[in-house]
Amino acid sequence: MDINTPVATIYGDLHEKQIERWKTQVSGLRERFGEKIEEVLFPREYPTDTPIVFVRADAICEVLEFLKNTPEFEYGYLSDLTATDEQEAPRFHVVYNLLARKTMTRIRLKVRVAEGESVPTAIGVWPAANWAEREVWDMFGVRFDGHPDLRRILMDVRWEGHPLRKDYPLRGYQFFPTPEPIDPSLLG
Amino acid sequence: MSKDGSAAYFTTRVDAVVNWARKHSLMPMPFGTSCCGIEMMATLCSDYDIARFGAEAIRFSPRQADLMIVAGIVNAKMAPVLKTVYDQMSEPKWVVSMGACASSGGIFNVYSVTQGIDTVIPVDVYVPGCPPTPESLIHAVIRLQEQIQKGETLSLRRERLARAGQLKAVT
Amino acid sequence: MNIQNKDADKQMMQDRVPELGLPSGGHYSVDHDPDDLWGDSRIIVNIGPTHPAMHGALRMVAKLNGETIEKSYCEFGYTHRAKEKLGENRTYHQFVVYTDRLNYCSALINNVTYAMSVERLMGVEVPERAVWIRMICAELARVIDHIICLGINAVDLGAFSFFLYGFHQREEAYSLIEKICGARLTTSYTRIGGLAADAPEGWEKQVKEWVKRTRKVIDEMDELLTGNKIWCQRTVGVGVMSQKFIHDYSVTGPSARAAGLNYDLRRDQPCMFYKDVEFDVPVGQNSDIFDRYLVRLEEIRQSLNIISQCCDRMKKGPIWSEDKRVRIPEKDVVHNTMEGLIHHFKFFMTGFEVPPGEAYTTFEAANGELGFYIVSKGGPAAHRMRIRGPSVYHFQTLSPLCEGGKIGDMVGILGSINIIAGELDR
Repeated sequence: MDINTPVATIYGDLHEKQIERWKTQVSGLRERFGEKIEEVLFPREYPTDTPIVFVRADAICEVLEFLKNTPEFEYGYLSDLTATDEQEAPRFHVVYNLLARKTMTRIRLKVRVAEGESVPTAIGVWPAANWAEREVWDMFGVRFDGHPDLRRILMDVRWEGHPLRKDYPLRGYQFFPTPEPIDPSLLG
Repeated sequence: MSKDGSAAYFTTRVDAVVNWARKHSLMPMPFGTSCCGIEMMATLCSDYDIARFGAEAIRFSPRQADLMIVAGIVNAKMAPVLKTVYDQMSEPKWVVSMGACASSGGIFNVYSVTQGIDTVIPVDVYVPGCPPTPESLIHAVIRLQEQIQKGETLSLRRERLARAGQLKAVT
Repeated sequence: MNIQNKDADKQMMQDRVPELGLPSGGHYSVDHDPDDLWGDSRIIVNIGPTHPAMHGALRMVAKLNGETIEKSYCEFGYTHRAKEKLGENRTYHQFVVYTDRLNYCSALINNVTYAMSVERLMGVEVPERAVWIRMICAELARVIDHIICLGINAVDLGAFSFFLYGFHQREEAYSLIEKICGARLTTSYTRIGGLAADAPEGWEKQVKEWVKRTRKVIDEMDELLTGNKIWCQRTVGVGVMSQKFIHDYSVTGPSARAAGLNYDLRRDQPCMFYKDVEFDVPVGQNSDIFDRYLVRLEEIRQSLNIISQCCDRMKKGPIWSEDKRVRIPEKDVVHNTMEGLIHHFKFFMTGFEVPPGEAYTTFEAANGELGFYIVSKGGPAAHRMRIRGPSVYHFQTLSPLCEGGKIGDMVGILGSINIIAGELDR
C-alpha cells in the first residue's frame, strides 16, 4: 500500500478520473516542445500523485506560458515554487506545482539545476514567483536570471550559507549585533 | 494609627510604598512574536482579565512601558531588535519571558533560533509552557509583583547598587 | 514668526543666539536637511518588526509623501523557525507538534492537513468516526481563526468591542478543544491514521450548544459593524484586488472569494466527507476590505452549519486505523505483550517508514490553500518537507495594494489579508 492506493477520504478517485486528461496533455506537451521535455514520470508507474514533467532549464518559461494560456491546459494558478536538494548531480530540482482551477487538475514541473547554474525567472508569467524565487535563492543558493531583486528573504541579509542544503548543519547558529539596516535604494 | 484603630497616618519605609505603587501599576509592553502572543491576548481580554492586577495600560512604545512581556520566538534576525527595544525602556524595567521558546528556544533547537532571550537581555520571571495558559501568565505577574515589593528584581538590584556606588559598568 | 519673510526670520534667530545658547554658534539654517534624501521632504518610515498594527513580526519600509505611501517594501523572517529543515530531521510522528505552530490561530487545520498528506503517501484509510471528528475540528478552527482575524482588523481600525465579543466565544471554543485533546492552542491532536484520543461522552452536545450561542453572538457582532458609517468609510473601496491580480499573485481563500472567484477547495477538491454535508460558499463582488469582512463573517456561519451537521451524523467507532505501520499500540498491550513492547520501541526509536514517493496535498485552511509537498525516499524522516503557507503569497500583495494609498489604509489592508507569522516564516 503506497501512494497509488486511492484513499476514499483523501480526494477519493479524483485523480483516477484525471489520468486520461493528463495523458492527452503530456502528449500535447511532447508534441509542442519535443526535446525540451526531458522526462515524464506518470502516476501509476512512479509513486507520485500528479505527472512530473522534467523540463530543460532554458525552456521553462515557454512551457509555463504555454500551460497557462493554451485552452486545453489552462493551468492558471502557480500553487507553489520550491526546490529540493538531491545530493547527486545535477544537485537541485526546482519544483513548480501548478493548478488548473476549472478542472481542478494539478501538474508538477521540475527543472534540474547543477550547483552554480541558474534558471530563468518565472516572474514574467506569474509575479507571485518573485518571493518564491527569493526564498529558493536564500535556502538553496539557486540563482534566477532576470530576477529584479534577488536577495535573502527569510534569513538576515548578512547570513552566510544556504540553510536548506543537506550539508548545512541543523544547529549552525550565526549572531548579529545590530538589526538589519534599511536599504533606501529599494525605494527608488 | 491611634489606639482606638482609626487611622490618621501610618509610618513605613519609602521603598516599600514606592514598590507597592510600582507593582500595582505595571504597564506591560507586549513583545508578541508568535503563538504565545495569542495566549497573551487572551490574558489581556475579558475572560482572564489582567487589568484586575493593575496591568491594564498596554503601551506599545518602550518609552512608556515598564514591563516587557516577550511572548514567542526570538531568532537571530529579531534578537538585535529586542535588545534595541529593551535599551529604549527606562529604569526600572522588568522582563517576563513567556513560553518555552523565549525562555530556552523551546522545541526549536535550530540554526535561526536564539536559545533563550537571557542570552540577550536580563530576565526576571520565566514562564514555562508551550504556550503557557493565561493562568500561568497571571501567576508570573503575581510572582513579579512579589519580587518588586521585596526589591529583588534585577532592575531594582541595579538601582540599589548604583545608589551605593558599587555598580560596575557592563560593556 | 513671519512665515513669508525667511531672511527676516533667519536674522532674528541669529540675533537671539546668545540668549538661547544655541550650540552651533548661530549657524542655523533651514535650507538643507541631511535626512532629506530626495530633496523634497518625502520621508522613509520604518514600520518596524515591533509595532502594534503589525500582526506578528513583519516589517514594512515606506516612502511617504505627507501621508501617502509612494513606494514600499516588506520584510519578514523575524519568526523563522526552520520547520522545513526540522521536517528532514524528525520522524513523521514527531513532526505533528511542529505543524500546530504554523497557523497557530487554527492549529487543528494544520494537524489535519499534515496527517492527510502522510496518509496519502502511505495509502492508509482513516476510520469514519475519526473523519467526522477531524471535520468538526477543522471547521471549529476555521471559526476561531476568522473571529480573530476580524477582531484584530477591527481593533486596528478602532473598534474594540467587536474583538471582545468574539474573544469570549473563542474562550468557550478553547474549552471544547481542551476537553477533546487537552490543550487550548497547540493541539497536536491528529495522528497518522487517526486521532490521538476519542471525544469524551456528550462532547457533541456541548459543541452544538456552543454553535447555537455563537450564531447569536455573530449576529450581534454583525449588527455592530456592518452598517456602521465609520467602518464603511474606512473599508469600502480600500485595498481592491482585481481578478487578474489574484491569478498573478496566487491569492486563495477568503481574499480570492471576495473578488468574485467562486473557488473553494472543500467543495471543488472534496476530501473527508465534505461531499455529504451541505454548505454554501460565500462569494463577494468588489474585493475591498469590507467584502473580505463580509465573506469571512458568512463563512463563520457556514462553518457553524457544517459543525452541527457533522455532530448529528457522527457514530460510535474506532478512531485510529488498525494498520500496523502507523498504529501505536495501546499502553496495556505495550506493558503486557512482547510484540507490543517491541512495536512501541521501534516506533519511538526509529519511527515508521513511509514508502518512497512524493505528493502535494492541499486543504482549504482559514487563509487559503495550505499545502504540504512531501518527498520521501523511504526511511523514517522526509527527504523534503515543503509547507506551502498561504500567507507568503498574500503578504507579497501588500506592497502593490498600498501604493498610492494612505498609511491608515495600510493598517486596514494588512488586517484583512490575515497574515499569520507562523505560516509566513515557518
